Amino acid sequence: MSLTLTVSDIWKSYKGIPVLKGCSFSFDAGATYAVMGANGSGKSTFLRICALIENPAKGEVHYFYNSSAVKNDIELRRRVTLVLPGIGIFNTTALSNVTYGLKIRGIKKSEAIKRASEALEFVGLFQKRNQNALTLSSGEAQRLGIARAVVIEPEILFLDEPTSSIDEKNTEIVEDIIFKMKQQRGTTIILTTHDNSQAERLAEKTLFIREGCFISR
Amino acid sequence: MNEIVKAFILIFSLDKELMGIIFLSLKVSGLALAAATVIGLPIGAFLGLKRFPLRRIIIIILNTFMGLPPVVVGLFLYLLLSRSGPLGFMGLLYSPSAMVIAQTILAFPIVTSLCHSAIVNINPIIKQASMTLGATSAQAAVTIIKEARYGIMSGIIAAFGRVMAEVGAILIVGGNIAGYTRVMTTTIALETDKGNFELALALGIILLTISLFINLFLHLIQQRGIIQANI
Repeated sequence: MSLTLTVSDIWKSYKGIPVLKGCSFSFDAGATYAVMGANGSGKSTFLRICALIENPAKGEVHYFYNSSAVKNDIELRRRVTLVLPGIGIFNTTALSNVTYGLKIRGIKKSEAIKRASEALEFVGLFQKRNQNALTLSSGEAQRLGIARAVVIEPEILFLDEPTSSIDEKNTEIVEDIIFKMKQQRGTTIILTTHDNSQAERLAEKTLFIREGCFISR
Repeated sequence: MNEIVKAFILIFSLDKELMGIIFLSLKVSGLALAAATVIGLPIGAFLGLKRFPLRRIIIIILNTFMGLPPVVVGLFLYLLLSRSGPLGFMGLLYSPSAMVIAQTILAFPIVTSLCHSAIVNINPIIKQASMTLGATSAQAAVTIIKEARYGIMSGIIAAFGRVMAEVGAILIVGGNIAGYTRVMTTTIALETDKGNFELALALGIILLTISLFINLFLHLIQQRGIIQANI
């Protein structure tokens, strides 16, 4: 059994304008979900709420492990991660970007470097490990963002439009990484996308947000 | 012209009096900068990272104090430290310690305000990214401060430039005592009055050189920050 996520009746507004109006869903462990919807439909907000970096105005986010509710604290937040669309690359080397998540967990430097190097190898950026991460192309930066997430071995990985601003070649690479995450590590993946065919390729189930609610299609 | 030659002779002969004055200037300004950084950096970081009532007013006051007239600082400090003042019992007036306090007061708003600006200019996504990777609020704050390092260093160097060139406050509270509280700027003022231009010129050249290096260093740091921001 693994970590599972259930959201109930999630509401969120920005400057008085409601974005999410009562979204509810249960995500199974090990599956890949695509969340689709128009720009401004609340996909990213939904992901940030699920990843526990933003609170809903109303409603609840529950994580369960072996059917038992998991307390919402820093330990839980360290079992899930979200790769943001702008990524938020730190002004340091690619390697230091990837070791970041390990260092803040108190993992020894030598171990952190070993695991970060493996993660960079996994996303095809090992050769660029000593390069300042801000000098990477947008496609490489996206892969670096995934490497930062991969290295901390999340049980649930949220990806907010992982291929929205990258070329076809890098899209293929990123999709391949997502596929491997699922196959090799059994990670639960919840991603947002505008691309129907990408949702078909990667996800077992696709959710649509329209007018702040999930609709079935 | 003759004075300029003599000034260079004083510099290259490593004149003992000249070196003593330079050393004291660097010591007083260095200590003041260290104190202003130790106090100002955490306050600047707090102002940049936290939102609380009166925050904006504090920022406005700090920005105003960046242009604090040194003679006014000297005057208030003199009234505090003079024998009849509330802190007169400490016996600090006309000592290098009083000069360090005066320069700390001048450097503090610069360090604090520029540190605050450097931190608020960091893209909010950096905080979100660190939180998504499992950082606690304190770890995310450290990450933001690290990201703002070029801006923070610029603030510290700008404050150093300000205190090194300052004359009004340290003249009032230091008293310009030869061999004890006489620093570069106060010596230049005094020696010019006396018509002893070679020492004044020698110190002027040294002060300009230090100022040049400070600005060069500041420029390099800012360029590096601009390059990183544009990538």
